[in-house]
Amino acid sequence: MKLLTLNFLTCARKTCKSNAAAFPLHPKEAELEQVETDMNPLFIKNILPRLDWEAMKTLTTELGLPNLPAETPSDEELATDGEPSQTAKDLHTLLMETSIQSGKLVCGNCEHEYAVKEGIANFLLPSHMV
Amino acid sequence: MGNVLKAGKQYEETHVHEVYEQIASHFSSTRYKPWPIIERFLQELPAGSIGLDIGCGNGKYLAVNPNVFIVGSDRSSNLASIALQHQPHSVVVADILDLPHRNGHFDFAISIAVVHHLSTTERRREAIDSILTTLQPDGRALIYVWALEQGSSRRGWSEGDEQDVMVPWVMKGSKKSKVTSGQAPSDQVVIHGVEDKTFHRYYHLYRKGELEADVKAVGGEIVEAGYEKDNWWAIARPKDVK
Repeated sequence: MKLLTLNFLTCARKTCKSNAAAFPLHPKEAELEQVETDMNPLFIKNILPRLDWEAMKTLTTELGLPNLPAETPSDEELATDGEPSQTAKDLHTLLMETSIQSGKLVCGNCEHEYAVKEGIANFLLPSHMV
Repeated sequence: MGNVLKAGKQYEETHVHEVYEQIASHFSSTRYKPWPIIERFLQELPAGSIGLDIGCGNGKYLAVNPNVFIVGSDRSSNLASIALQHQPHSVVVADILDLPHRNGHFDFAISIAVVHHLSTTERRREAIDSILTTLQPDGRALIYVWALEQGSSRRGWSEGDEQDVMVPWVMKGSKKSKVTSGQAPSDQVVIHGVEDKTFHRYYHLYRKGELEADVKAVGGEIVEAGYEKDNWWAIARPKDVK
């Protein structure tokens, strides 16, 4: 699953959802994969304001990836002379092309671990947790 | 249904989830054409919108608008694997009653042919509540369910019929078809080697007005609603955030 997805996922347990500690989920034993995709500069520009930037920074730190800027990059920083800037290209690589292929996602509230296999996270809860 | 006591989570596990897991690949090969109202709903979203496709199946609606971001989810991991191919979107395995998304966060959601697989009124309403709870205050959800009133379809159900039904899914034998003799007419094709297999899925067929009633029962508001090709549909907005 591409890293962008993690900005939109929390623990599936109802008792955790309203708890700030349940977002973002924390990757564990994550195996990353780079999958090249065509860049859509407009998509990156449109999606950025919708991201929880703090959660993105936490994620990149926990995965040992290069640090992100302190604040969400502005529109001006995404283009140079009408072409996508290096910042935009880096964001495309990080959000769209970097994927967790296998590992676990851990809730910071209840510590439940969700498995990621073949690039898909599984949020089905064992019956005693529902 | 015949035995009300049977309905619920375990019943759906056997009569919905396990069936889709087994028919995933064949089911997917028959589901590729988006329905017009759903396509319109997705096309009209502003670029950069964030949303969910709850019960995304093979992900056919993920292909409609590449300028929004959709997190698809399905209860069947086999269907989720098939849906994974649609860029720029994402897919996870999740249950509609326990969605892994923050409350009050998303611009839109679609849930197509999903809610009718829950086997009690209470669970169907809980599913609709679950969908609406993911939406931000101005968010919109498009929900489709199978109608009881489908007199013109080959199934022929109508108002007086039982609403809780088992619907067969016939998986044709997978080996190459061979005609038994050169003289045989083309509709008498015998499939050698592998026999047809029939699976039965549970459905609750919605009556006119029932979907709207379920939305309102959980505090949602109806923005628009209608009937299209054997289905009742509704665009709903969430109740005030708790």
